[in-house]
Amino acid sequence: MLKEAEIRTFIEGATRYFEVSAQQEASVGSPYLVTDGNPGAYDYTGVIGISGARKGIVYFSAPRGMLTVLLMRMQETDTSDENIKDLVGEVANTISGNARKDFGRNFIISVPTVVGHDMEKVTAPYAKSYVIPINWRTHSAKLVVCLE
Amino acid sequence: MSAPSRSQTPLKLMIVDDSNIIRRRIERSQQIDRLEVVGSASNGRQAVELFRRTQPDVVTMDLTMPEMDGIECVQELVAINSKVLILVVSALADKATAVEAIEKGANGFLCKPFTDRQLNDALHELLLGV
Repeated sequence: MLKEAEIRTFIEGATRYFEVSAQQEASVGSPYLVTDGNPGAYDYTGVIGISGARKGIVYFSAPRGMLTVLLMRMQETDTSDENIKDLVGEVANTISGNARKDFGRNFIISVPTVVGHDMEKVTAPYAKSYVIPINWRTHSAKLVVCLE
Repeated sequence: MSAPSRSQTPLKLMIVDDSNIIRRRIERSQQIDRLEVVGSASNGRQAVELFRRTQPDVVTMDLTMPEMDGIECVQELVAINSKVLILVVSALADKATAVEAIEKGANGFLCKPFTDRQLNDALHELLLGV
C-alpha cells in the first residue's frame, strides 16, 4: 500500500511535468483507490515497470487531444501517432524517474511500454491501484500507481 | 588576421535519448552558437558507434534507454575520448544516480523535465573554460 507522502510524490511529479514542459499548470483531482484491478485508460498509455525495493507499474494515460496540444505547447510540429506514443511514454518515464528523489535509487524504472488505441490491453498487476486524475486545459488524463 | 580565440572554436554536439521528441527538443532549443549537432542516437549502443564515427566534443546523455543504458554508455565514451564533455539529461532525480554519472565521467546533470533556459544554462556551464 502507498503512504500519503508517496502519493504526494507522484502528484508533484505530474504537476511539475505540465508546469515545466507545457509552461502551463495542470490541476490534480483527489486521488482514489480502485480495488477491482481495472483502473481504466484513455487513448494512449505509457507504462513503466517498477522493480527493486518496490514492485508494480506506474502508468500515465491520456486522450489524443491532450497529447497533441501538449506536443504543440512543447513547440513540436510533428503530431504523428509515433510522436504521440513517444510523448506518453516520456511523460510516464519522467514522472516515475522523478519519484526516485523520494523513493531512492532502488526504485528501479523500466523503459516505457506504450499502448495506443487498445485500452483493454492496459491492465494492472494487482487488484489495488491509486488513480490520480490530472486536468489540463479542457482535457482529463490519469496517473495510475499500482505497487505491491 | 589573428587566429580565432579558443572560446570561438566550433564544437560538435551529439544527442542521445530514446525519445525522438526529446532529441528534437534539445536540437531545437540549444542556442549556443558554437555547438553544431552532428548526430543523435536512441540508445547507448548506437551512441558508441556514432561517437566513433563523428567524434563529438559534447554529448547530452539520457540514462534510461534500451540496449545499453546511459551510465554504461558514459563509461564507454570516456574510455574512447577522456576529453569529451557529457551532460546527463535524465528524469532520474535521486542524488545517488547523479553522483554515479559524474563518477563514471559525466561533467554535468540536468533533470527532466527542463525548460529551454535550464538546458542552455547547463550547456553554458559545461562549456566554461573550453
